[in-house]
Amino acid sequence: MGKYLHVFGLGIQNTLVYRVNFLFRAAFGLIPLAGTLFLWKSIYAGKEPGAVLGGYTLVQMISYYLLVTLVDAVTAVAEDDWQIAADIKDGQVSQFLLKPMDYLTYRLCLYGSGRAVYTTMALIPVSVFIVFQRENFVLPSDAATLSLALASIVMAGILQFFIAYMVALLAFWVLDVSTFIFIQFAFEYIASGHLFPLDILPAALQKVVLLTPYPYLLYFPVGVYLGQIHGEALWRGIGMQAGWILMAYLGARWMWSRGLRTYTAVGG
Amino acid sequence: MNAAFATVRRYAGIYAALIRYSLIHEMQFKANFLLWILVEGLWFGLQIAFMTVLYGHTDSIAGWSRWEVVLLVGCNQFIQQIFHMLFVTNLSNLSELIRKGTLDLLFLQPVNTRFLISVKKFEIGNIANALMGLAVVGYALAKLHRVPSVAQWMGFVVVCVAGLAIHYSLMFLLACIAFWTVRAQGIVWGYYNLFNIARLPADAFPRGAYRAVFTWVLPMLLVSNVPAKLLADRLGSPWELMPLIGMAVVCFVASELFWRLSLRHYTSASS
Repeated sequence: MGKYLHVFGLGIQNTLVYRVNFLFRAAFGLIPLAGTLFLWKSIYAGKEPGAVLGGYTLVQMISYYLLVTLVDAVTAVAEDDWQIAADIKDGQVSQFLLKPMDYLTYRLCLYGSGRAVYTTMALIPVSVFIVFQRENFVLPSDAATLSLALASIVMAGILQFFIAYMVALLAFWVLDVSTFIFIQFAFEYIASGHLFPLDILPAALQKVVLLTPYPYLLYFPVGVYLGQIHGEALWRGIGMQAGWILMAYLGARWMWSRGLRTYTAVGG
Repeated sequence: MNAAFATVRRYAGIYAALIRYSLIHEMQFKANFLLWILVEGLWFGLQIAFMTVLYGHTDSIAGWSRWEVVLLVGCNQFIQQIFHMLFVTNLSNLSELIRKGTLDLLFLQPVNTRFLISVKKFEIGNIANALMGLAVVGYALAKLHRVPSVAQWMGFVVVCVAGLAIHYSLMFLLACIAFWTVRAQGIVWGYYNLFNIARLPADAFPRGAYRAVFTWVLPMLLVSNVPAKLLADRLGSPWELMPLIGMAVVCFVASELFWRLSLRHYTSASS
């Protein structure tokens, strides 16, 4: 356990180098966010006051996007997948086969440290932005909702990591994983609720999407926070989230052991 | 006159050779080539899906109907993909040229250095995606029962070139920051954020700082909106084309001035 804490500390030190980069990244990300918010405001402006679209008032809709931005800062995979793929391609993975260190746990620690630094930096521009939108930002109804939302954000982060890890492990078999990373990301972008809350989808389509792991990365934690998801749906969602984490974990372990059989340790 | 003609011919010859070289290089990785077309197509589909879902809940966004917005997304895709084909890879590579000192080699060539940096690699695959964008433009026009006149199509070509010039100049300007910071991989990513607002109808933005900046400083709300409005016959008068064309000239001049300033700051990394 101690050695992994050490990895976490090293990860923090390494990523601190990029702190200004992170700050700009988060700040630039606010430009399209503002664009999307203007688009929604203009849609609601065309309706009667207090209109509800897909179960969201304008205030709830804007809060949804602000929270997606926050959760995304905490959980999004930045460079991890590219680095894992590069480790495999360059033969860096070999040293982990010799050390008493588990590569998946090692990577999970680095992901955690990277996210800690990124979130800290991103909070600066994002919270300024939220202050400007404060009349459109709803707070959670009670402490229980908040703690459930926080728990599901942590679970979302773990699930996000396992998914990215699996895509990166494709590097055992293919020369260039970047296309796979982007294809996976395209599906994730729409099915996780990054682009819009899944409630505005036609009901049948929404049911199908809720069976995939993607909604449990953004849509679900945000819905829990906003109180959109409550009662039985909430517990079912937590169950689905835990189930997908388990599936993804087993999948990641399986891919790793299969991958090592084809691994050729390029570069010694 | 003859000298100018000879220069154009010489540069056209060089460009043809560069395209041929890029093609040969690209065909070594055929599967990857096809996968990238798929990736870009997927993202385009996503944008249209987003708009379709929105119009499931409303009939009009800031006075734009469903098919007018699809037309806008199509125009944006077309311009963006042509931009990718010609420039994006090259411009995002500039920071690497500076970091490794490979830029020295380009300075020594008896050709304009900015030209070489900008067009060295030609991304053939993006043609497929540009055509997809154009097909969506055509489909949206059919749905709108619009048949643009020959003059409108010619105007469309002109404003698309102006839009390209804006994208190119702004990204080149951003890429030149690498002369100071050296590591600047974030530039491409930063520019993607700007792309994202180009496909939204400008009328949805209230008059204010945001709209002013993205019209008159970083004219993202002009590059795709003006071509789409032209084809949809939504322009009040032909004069509405002028801000786009004017901003294209301003951006290009600004990028050239900044390029010259940056060059004075260049210290080779090699040798």
